[in-house]
Amino acid sequence: MSERRRSERRLAWMLCAPAVIAMLIVTGYPIGYAVWLSLQDYDLRFPDDREFVGLSNYADVLTSSIWWGDVWNTTIITVASVSIELVLGMAIALIMHRAIFGRGAVRASVLIPYGIVTVVAAFGWRYAFDPASGFVQNLPLISDTAAPLTERGGSLAVIVLTEVWKTTPFMALLLLAGLALVPDELHEAAKVDGAGPVQRFFRITLPLMKPAILVALLFRTLDAFRVFDTVYIQTAGANGTETVSILGYQVLINRVNLGVGSAVSVLIFLAVILIATFFVRGLGASTARQRGEAA
Amino acid sequence: MADIVLDHVTKRYPDGYEAVKEMDLQVADGEFIILVGPSGCGKSTALRMIAGLEDITDGELRIGGDVVNDRAPKDRDIAMVFQNYALYPHMTVRENMGFALKLAKAPKEEIDRKVLEAARILDLEQHLDRKPANLSGGQRQRVAMGRAIVRDPKAFLMDEPLSNLDAKLRVQMRTEVSRIQSRLGTTTVYVTHDQTEAMTLGDRVAVMRTGRLQQVGRPSELYNDPVNLFVAGFIGSPAMNFLPATVEGDTIHLPIGDVPVAEEHRRGLQSGGARSVIAGLRPESFEDAALVGDQRERGIAFQAKIDVVESMGSELYAYFAVETEGVASQELEELAQDAGTAEVPGAESGQVVARLDAASQVSEGAEAELWFDAAKLHLFDAESGRSLRAA
Amino acid sequence: MLRSSREAALWSIGILVVLLYALIPVLWILSLSLKPADQLGDRRFVPQEFSFENYETIFNTETFTRALVNSVGIAGLATLISILLAAMAAYALARLDFAGKALILSGALAVAMFPPISIVGSLFNIWREVGLYDTWPGLIIPYMTFTLPLAIYTLSAFFREIPWELEQAAQVDGATPFQAFRKVIVPLAAPGVFTSAILVFIFAWNDFIFANTLTSTDEARTVPAALAFFTGGSQFEQPIGAISAASIVVTIPIIVMVLIFQRRIVAGLTAGAVKG
Repeated sequence: MSERRRSERRLAWMLCAPAVIAMLIVTGYPIGYAVWLSLQDYDLRFPDDREFVGLSNYADVLTSSIWWGDVWNTTIITVASVSIELVLGMAIALIMHRAIFGRGAVRASVLIPYGIVTVVAAFGWRYAFDPASGFVQNLPLISDTAAPLTERGGSLAVIVLTEVWKTTPFMALLLLAGLALVPDELHEAAKVDGAGPVQRFFRITLPLMKPAILVALLFRTLDAFRVFDTVYIQTAGANGTETVSILGYQVLINRVNLGVGSAVSVLIFLAVILIATFFVRGLGASTARQRGEAA
Repeated sequence: MADIVLDHVTKRYPDGYEAVKEMDLQVADGEFIILVGPSGCGKSTALRMIAGLEDITDGELRIGGDVVNDRAPKDRDIAMVFQNYALYPHMTVRENMGFALKLAKAPKEEIDRKVLEAARILDLEQHLDRKPANLSGGQRQRVAMGRAIVRDPKAFLMDEPLSNLDAKLRVQMRTEVSRIQSRLGTTTVYVTHDQTEAMTLGDRVAVMRTGRLQQVGRPSELYNDPVNLFVAGFIGSPAMNFLPATVEGDTIHLPIGDVPVAEEHRRGLQSGGARSVIAGLRPESFEDAALVGDQRERGIAFQAKIDVVESMGSELYAYFAVETEGVASQELEELAQDAGTAEVPGAESGQVVARLDAASQVSEGAEAELWFDAAKLHLFDAESGRSLRAA
Repeated sequence: MLRSSREAALWSIGILVVLLYALIPVLWILSLSLKPADQLGDRRFVPQEFSFENYETIFNTETFTRALVNSVGIAGLATLISILLAAMAAYALARLDFAGKALILSGALAVAMFPPISIVGSLFNIWREVGLYDTWPGLIIPYMTFTLPLAIYTLSAFFREIPWELEQAAQVDGATPFQAFRKVIVPLAAPGVFTSAILVFIFAWNDFIFANTLTSTDEARTVPAALAFFTGGSQFEQPIGAISAASIVVTIPIIVMVLIFQRRIVAGLTAGAVKG
């Protein structure tokens, strides 16, 4: 290696070091610490009873019906909100991509939900559905006495609605970037080849956007799986809407049981890794196919 | 297979800009016609209107006798080859070529048979299962051709299909396109900005400029009988030299000497007093006077100080200046702009290029005696730019 | 032409739906915040009377004004540090050739996917031990870290677009290396840096989970966390008007910023995602 390359390399590492160290310290160390805590019986209310208990916290969590119920709730919210967002986001992306006029207005307006503080959005929707103050019950076709946030189905629906409202713009923007990567010429070629608008969308646009769709789905699925703010504000986990993040928070911060709480934290971390691996595999395979490497 | 007729076809954009103005063109069944012109002349727009990718504002388009103005591309039974090929990157060569047939719900065996047949014509058989990303430029181009051939359409439309290839491959593919077209006998409209391609490929060539069709004819017609300054300047390489000239009685005063008015120009000129015209002199109508021999009488010999000599091996290009007052023609200025060059040879500066035999002894910086073949002189009206040769 | 006018009508409807979709919840909170106390229960979308009493209330409430100061300070400082560190790393990633590039990029991606809930317990405990609990740095550090991936990805995408040879051109033109950097590169890089800063700021401004778990008093509590702890006259009645007014106050700066810089924000959000 030449002296020049060596010094370039040294400079590069010096420039990257602060960011890398910060990321390692603030994520790597605490997650390691969480693993260590999760192996102990450690409740801040009884700090003197702290002892090493091996995997028994995990056994407790994994055999509790609360954990599995929360996993189920989280899955419902994740799947429902991400799939609605995908369809809705695609529609908005198509409007932004193809609209002849008003593109700027659409772009500006979809960025509003993106910019809004999640807690604010959660309050807004909560008040909208509140039987005492909400305008929703004033709308035609909606029962005057409905109180969706007092029962499970309604609460889940409002949570999903809030999540969808807030994050569809992000989805739409990622999909829009994907749409922009499909050359106009291919659409024209398909037109000449005899494909109608629907066929063009399903046979040309969608397959070519697959990597972009997978990236968008990956980010949104991970995000939705960590859902915390909306649930905390709207139900605080009541009415059978507790998610894994809320559970972790309750055990760690409210009940200050650091041992069990850390076990929950580590399990969530593992679940996220699982989801990410799943998507990254799919993504790798699909981009490889696209480039023709697999053929 | 079918003929294509453009009847006063106009494309006007919402902002009022007219990309194609009242275009009339008849393409016979099986004919290979080239639309050529500088960029922005409306040739691609015209092609895209035939394809149905652009709406026709005014006029009528008939393919095989049917008016197709309002038909979607898919209902026109045409195939198109795009400049960037527009191959579907997620499909194999086989799928790309069979896509249109699949959409038309053709039986699978028929698709396979036709794809294979086209692949054989194009020498693509061993690449059928590869993705476009793994093909070379020439192979991609052939797949794009194959996609058109497979459909056995009424017409092929080609939008600068060779412009993305390197020079050598372009020449090779040019022959191939020509061979395939004559073998299949399918009506073809081919757009290019390259006049060499236009001259070598088509049965007929249609020259366009700023949305208007200038002249349609066989390559030799365009070369020998350009109807106006634009066509004269656009066809031929190196381009025609333009010099100011005056006509007095039976004599044309050129900056390089006087020549008699030829019979063919007499009617166009009409007699009268002195008249300014623009003379067009093709570089290949010059010769080194020492090499002319007994043809010398036909033309005029003159002295010129040679500025630059470019040797092409088989021929020489000699550049020299002549004394002129500059040709004040708006037509010429526009021509220069359209051609994208700073100036048209001869027009402003009096710079002239002559193509001489390789045996010529002219050298840079020296005086030389050159000869011009007076029979090959073109004359144009200074105002309108129209050729003065009687039709 | 029938086809295109019908198309235009369809697009207009689509655009209108999107506009309503985006604006209704915001207008709703705005409406709530402007209703006088006795009309908060009228369930009308448009207030019958307009009143600023909710805004007066929150600006006279120390919990809110402190939280606003905390939010601005913490998000601002976190953005500053994050962009500084990220710009250094992004410069190296975009311009220098070294082994480990892929490692850093995938590491950053991993951090971007990291679930905050997995470390709040640990941070809660560590911060209490080292004295960062309920302090500004206690929040600035996690915000800075969690926004680093976003900032690194968007900045390196932007930096890759800069025609760096201009720097040499400037030096040939007689500029010193520092002048070349300051007069040529900085102006070219500024839009990208600025865009990344907005995205980072929005993230920090938006966060609830760290703010909620790592603070306990007005000392460092930011607005989102403060909103969740607002209490009204009685424990069981939430001060809807005050929360709505506070929500509007924290929303307006973001909306203004987003609207002014919308084109850049879209470019920034997608540059990072697509090229990553």
